[in-house]
Amino acid sequence: MATEAAHHTAMSLAEQLPVLQVLVPFLAAPLIVFVGHRGLAWLVAFVTSAAAFVIAGLMLGQVIGGGVIYYHIGGWAPPLGIEYRVDATNAFVLLLVSGISTIVLPYARQSVASEIPLRHHALFYACYMLCLTGLLGVVVTGDAFNVFVFLEISSLSTYVLVAQGSHRDKRALTAAYDYLIMGTIGATFFVIGLGMLYMATGTLNMADLAARIASQGANRTVIAAFGFIVVGMGLKAALYPLHLWLPNAYTYAPSAVTSFLAATATKVAIYVLMRFMFSVFQPAFLFEGNTLEFLIMPLAVMAMFAASVIAIFQTDLKRLLAYSSIAQIGYMLLGIGMLSQTGLTAAIVHLFNHGITKAALFMGVGALVFRTGGSFFDRVQGMGKTMPWTSGAIVIGGLSLIGVPGTAGFVSKWYLVQGALEKGWWPVAVLIVVSSLLAVIYVWQIIEALYLQAPAKDIPAGEAPATMLIPMWIMALACIYFGLATDITLGAAQAAAQGLLAGSSGMLSH
Amino acid sequence: MMALDLIPTAFVFFAAAPILLLLPHGKARATWLLVLPALAGWQVWSLAPGAAGQVQFFGFTLELMRVDKLSRVFGLIFCLAAFIGNLYAWHVRDTVQQIAALLYAGAAIGAVFAGDLLTLFFYWEGTAIASVFLVWARRTEGAYYTGMRYLTIQIGSGVALLVGAVLFYRETGTIAFDRMTLGSPGTWLIFLSFGVKCAFPLLHNWVQDTYPAATITGTVILQSFTTKLAIYALARGFAGTEILIYIGAVMTLFPIFFAEIENDLRRVLAYSTNNQLGFMVVGIGVGTDMALNGAVSHAVAHVLFKGLLFMTVGAAMFRTGTSKASELGGLYRTMPLTTVLCLVGAAAISAFPLFSGFVTKSLIIDQTAAQHYPIIWAALVFASAGVLSHSGIKIPFFTFFAHDSGKRPKEAPAHMLLAMGLAAFLSIFIGVYPDPLYALLPYAVDFVPYTTSHVVGQLQLLCFALLAFGVLMRNGIHPPEIRGIDLDFDWTYRRFLPDVIAVVAMQTSRLWARWEQFGIGTISRMISGLYRSTGPEGRFAQTWPTGVMVLWIAILLGVTLILNFASHG
Repeated sequence: MATEAAHHTAMSLAEQLPVLQVLVPFLAAPLIVFVGHRGLAWLVAFVTSAAAFVIAGLMLGQVIGGGVIYYHIGGWAPPLGIEYRVDATNAFVLLLVSGISTIVLPYARQSVASEIPLRHHALFYACYMLCLTGLLGVVVTGDAFNVFVFLEISSLSTYVLVAQGSHRDKRALTAAYDYLIMGTIGATFFVIGLGMLYMATGTLNMADLAARIASQGANRTVIAAFGFIVVGMGLKAALYPLHLWLPNAYTYAPSAVTSFLAATATKVAIYVLMRFMFSVFQPAFLFEGNTLEFLIMPLAVMAMFAASVIAIFQTDLKRLLAYSSIAQIGYMLLGIGMLSQTGLTAAIVHLFNHGITKAALFMGVGALVFRTGGSFFDRVQGMGKTMPWTSGAIVIGGLSLIGVPGTAGFVSKWYLVQGALEKGWWPVAVLIVVSSLLAVIYVWQIIEALYLQAPAKDIPAGEAPATMLIPMWIMALACIYFGLATDITLGAAQAAAQGLLAGSSGMLSH
Repeated sequence: MMALDLIPTAFVFFAAAPILLLLPHGKARATWLLVLPALAGWQVWSLAPGAAGQVQFFGFTLELMRVDKLSRVFGLIFCLAAFIGNLYAWHVRDTVQQIAALLYAGAAIGAVFAGDLLTLFFYWEGTAIASVFLVWARRTEGAYYTGMRYLTIQIGSGVALLVGAVLFYRETGTIAFDRMTLGSPGTWLIFLSFGVKCAFPLLHNWVQDTYPAATITGTVILQSFTTKLAIYALARGFAGTEILIYIGAVMTLFPIFFAEIENDLRRVLAYSTNNQLGFMVVGIGVGTDMALNGAVSHAVAHVLFKGLLFMTVGAAMFRTGTSKASELGGLYRTMPLTTVLCLVGAAAISAFPLFSGFVTKSLIIDQTAAQHYPIIWAALVFASAGVLSHSGIKIPFFTFFAHDSGKRPKEAPAHMLLAMGLAAFLSIFIGVYPDPLYALLPYAVDFVPYTTSHVVGQLQLLCFALLAFGVLMRNGIHPPEIRGIDLDFDWTYRRFLPDVIAVVAMQTSRLWARWEQFGIGTISRMISGLYRSTGPEGRFAQTWPTGVMVLWIAILLGVTLILNFASHG
């Protein structure tokens, strides 16, 4: 369907997919509020999310071969109107976001019921839908300012979702507040960057931006814009040391929210970073800026180590996983920093693989919280016997986190190491392996707590309910499936990396 | 049974594990644990040479079943070892150990048939993970920490293998596991990985750490697979690599000194394993057809006779609760059958004519002479005398004879006797009639073990040692543990050597201990430092005030802009 722009006159539903991707969850949010019934609220949310997943799957099918879908909102052609633009890169991310959401929602039903008072449920699911809308919108749009708008939609709803954890632990409120301050600063930086770009080029459509930057070359305004956008988005992506909002937000948010956000929110920010770095700005400009090599890469390596070491010493399982996320984001940024086909492929595959891995892990921890009432080691220890299925899923997720062969995590780390070796960066390849050993240590802490220690006295026995176990195991099995059958993920990631490395010419073909 | 031929042998074991869980505890499970290795052994026996079971794994073709003479003989002996080990463990009702034994054997056999480095890696780690449960199954705190150390080292070996495979792939564009030449970083890493599993000198400590720490039956199973797998891997990948000759020679020599002063008999046997592996490594290093045959056949014989020795000491431990030389002794009165079986194992490991060690080890020693390594040859002969002293004499003597400990345990249970009897029978059978074993070896065997010079030379060495030992005993000079052993050095070499050896051994172990203490001290200081800064209370892991976070944003923005402007010029 990589066709010309005139097709909006046709009313076939299939051609409206890009806008439906955003519109369906966006309309579901007010619908949930109007319905107001807590059971129906969940159902509407789930059906909506499933629909979004189907839409994303259909679009990925259309573009995985290298095609691009252009969609003009209301028939207004860019640069006047807003254009949605779907290629392999963002279709892949759309599939991840909507897929994770669809699997987390069934899990959320009972988890949310136990962590959030009933009267908030309808609003909770409405916020969840808005958050999903925002994340999908950021990814699907081809308009730079539109990115900002959707980013704010997702961020604002995320703050509310995180704050919902206050019914379990009041610290969720300060976590949400910190996140709000930080997220707003990040978004502000981003929009300042956009303003500068607009000043320099007179357009906000990404393809036009790319074309004009390519033709006029870099000037100080463009360079400053680049700096603001990288730092702003780096903050949303929890680029070390701008990660400080993340541990608390993930720790104190409701379990279902953590599972969803950890697998999607930072990934979407990484996507935006890649889109701007490679498609809007010229990769040639990047060489000039050296930003990747002298800023992003060192920070990525620091994240891999510092966050992993912190994770090792944590006594709260959720917090441990949050720090591990920061380390894993380091791997993705490292892949981006390599500025090569293999490195980018690794980053994109890791984006997906880490998404499913962390979803499985956080869902497992959520189930432990559901039964034991806490995520500290002294609460969850010894649960390997009483909650064998939950613990089993956590172990599989943990293995994937380490990057044990046969799991999804291995595939991305393999490519990352290959990318480093391709560049002749021996020390980096060694660092990747060594930092994986740190992951072995903190995953071992989890396994040890679950299996080799006696449970605390007052813990009620029993496995988590099936509605939580099934989604968790879907994710755990996905960790293994995508570790063995790599055609889909690698194929999509390679196509995406190719598109990104083509630079602005990848954007210009319409 | 067509279907069975299509399944990789390792999967037979893996599939058996869940079935085991369905069976009731007791005889049904124990029988299943015997049927399975027999079934697998039959499958390996009937396999046609060639490659099968190819699987695609992101762009690579994995070869799960490469059957040739080399992998086949190891596959067979592993199945046999699993059978004997499980028979010995008939009384065990611990599901963890049973499953671990199955998966461990499966992984080891899978590794033997792996035709590429990636598959090898999978099984390599598989053996590590499955086997550690045999240590943990003892369920003591000490066993837990030993298991952790063991696991760390074994996983580390696997990681080295994986990294080596990645580099090897980049160098050569293939992941096939065939003969390699040392030189590139990739091959060195793979070599190192094999070396860890093979317990090369300085990489050997896990053997002495782990074997005495596992359960009685666990040790028997442990000793069969991991190190022999490493021998197989070396024979496959690095045959004829000269450095192996010297590494192997050191391996045969250094454990002697430690084995002499060690009190725990299972640890003595662990040291003796190092020594025996040394012979095989030398054989691989020499790399001629005959030397490789020697290494492989010695591995086969070693699985049997070392298994037998571990089983007899284990039986004594099973009945008395200890494997310490100082607490055992005089058990022959009530455990006569075990005693005889132990003597068979001792004779086999000491390479008495008509026992398996004789027909296999002489292949290797002869080749060192034939290929003009006189010093190595001398070292191996010296080491052979060492074997006699610490495994041939020390083990049976202090367990079953020596001073009477006053213990009057019952004879070992029937299933243990059966398992030991089977191993003993095979050790003698191979020694008397080596042709079936020779027929299994990778290359045609052109060797006659029973020539006059071989037999007489070996008997000279052995009989005089025993005679001297006997004379001293007769005269009432009851040798205390160490001096009794020193005696055959007295006769074989020089009078002062034992003292030198004792001093060297003491000093070495003292130095080693000090070095270890220093290492552990440094590491624990490092960890507590890290904990102070990054632990939950540490600066880096605390919740930071919003202002600090904002400061970081400002700093990073500043750095980015400066960097960008500077490079823009």
